Amino acid sequence: MEVRQEKKGMIELKDDKVFTWPTLVAKEFLAAIFVTVGLLFYSYFVDAPLRELSNPGQAENPAKAPWYFLGLQEVLVYFDPWFAGVVLPSIIILGLILIPYLDNNPKGNGYYTFKERRFAVTTFVFGYIFWYVLIYIGTALRGPFWAFFWPWEKWTHDFPTPPPLHNLPLPLGIILMCGFYFAGLTLPALFKKDFFMKLGIIRYSLTMGLLLTMIGTVIKMVFRLAFNVKFIIATPWINI
Amino acid sequence: MKLIPDLIKKITNNEIWRSVFRHGYADTPRNRALQIISNIWLHLHPVKVREHGTKIRFTWCMGGITFFIFLFETITGILLMFYYVPDVNRAYADIVDLMYVVPFGRFLRNSHRWGAHAMVITVSVHMFRVFLTGSYKPPRQFNWVVGVILLVLTFLLSFTGYLLPWDQLGYWAITVGTNMARATPFLGHEGPFSYILGMRPDNDIRFALLGGTAIDAPALLRAYVWHCIAIPVIASALMMVHFWRVRKDGGISGPL
Ligand code: HEM
Repeated sequence: MEVRQEKKGMIELKDDKVFTWPTLVAKEFLAAIFVTVGLLFYSYFVDAPLRELSNPGQAENPAKAPWYFLGLQEVLVYFDPWFAGVVLPSIIILGLILIPYLDNNPKGNGYYTFKERRFAVTTFVFGYIFWYVLIYIGTALRGPFWAFFWPWEKWTHDFPTPPPLHNLPLPLGIILMCGFYFAGLTLPALFKKDFFMKLGIIRYSLTMGLLLTMIGTVIKMVFRLAFNVKFIIATPWINI
Repeated sequence: MKLIPDLIKKITNNEIWRSVFRHGYADTPRNRALQIISNIWLHLHPVKVREHGTKIRFTWCMGGITFFIFLFETITGILLMFYYVPDVNRAYADIVDLMYVVPFGRFLRNSHRWGAHAMVITVSVHMFRVFLTGSYKPPRQFNWVVGVILLVLTFLLSFTGYLLPWDQLGYWAITVGTNMARATPFLGHEGPFSYILGMRPDNDIRFALLGGTAIDAPALLRAYVWHCIAIPVIASALMMVHFWRVRKDGGISGPL
């Protein structure tokens, strides 16, 4: 095994190798059997859904994307489609791709640890859980016209009219938005100097930019739910 | 109680068995190595692996299971292709036939469907495990990138398959999904700044995805070709890279 050891001394590599056959192959074989049996068992008892023939004239209500995209469809409640459906997923994919290049903490490479990488693990686990919470809401708690229903409520078509929404005044919106990113980018750099120094300016800005976008998405949702704010920034060209 | 050894002896110590397998298997280190090296399928593995890498509590076996489900989907998918024609006048009827007429058709369709859902789950759990063990850290950065692309491809595989039954469920799900493309900044006709590039419903990115302005025959054919040919081929190629890199990067990650 090749080990990068610039500047490190000699590393004593443990010889803890075992033969792939039978140790690993046996486990893989068992896993394959369990998965096959599980899938076939489930398929025997539960039918895949099939509705009526498609009819462009009669929209399903609610019309739902496949479950793994319902998190994004849920975000659509709070943001315009260009953000929820295109820009946010692109940022998520880009952010995931960037992770190995942003996280330059050498510790925790190849073993489970929370202590040695608190920030990375917290951020990722938060995002991961958030994604599935949104999927749960979109799948189970959204009924006709995408209205919200608790699990114990029946889906009906007569639910109370949601309260009217309003936009923030444009100057206030711009100040809030710029202030949020400005404060989010500068304050940690000032108060957590070693965090900033370790990452360097480029990694730091990208990391915080992505993190703030994730947090900002949550904050926007809170604004909507708590204060009925439709858009933070509303312009004729673009709404956020 | 030597039931199992006795049984093995009974099974292997007769003319029929020996006519098939020619010689026995002596459990020697050399033979353990040969089992891997001289088997075209198994030699994807190295002969020896670090012990922690074989532990289910380390890998959760999720990458391997994802790959296995991919193979499972390939086989059930090929069988489904014998019965299904991506023609708007036939597609739905073909699925109904599968459910009610074709022997084991319902079972076949169910297992392909549930396998697809399972794969979406296992791939994201695999990603979660790789993150928690910090396995994307040097030298494995690029394999993480390949992984993210595989993740997206897994979603797209499942998504393109959703339209094929041509029922209300798939039709409206794909409607919701592809309507997003309308809103793409610059490239979708309802997206911000799309007027700059002169986007209309009949020349924007959604049009390119659907092969039309509405979900109709061309969209069904495109979904079919992406689902059955293009994406599986791309994903297979990337999986080869993925597995090759796992080995080139020093095998399963672990503490030094
Ligand atoms: C179709 C999808 C995928 C398949 C079939 C696949 C398969 C595998 C397999 C079989 C392994 C060996 C170790 C294990 O089983 O855990 C592995 C390792 C790895 N995978 Fe994946 N994977 C897929 C998607 C992903 C994704 C989405 C990511 C991350 C975003 C990823 C990143 C990695 C990395 C970094 C390793 C090396 C882990 C280590 O050395 O501990 N893969 N993959």
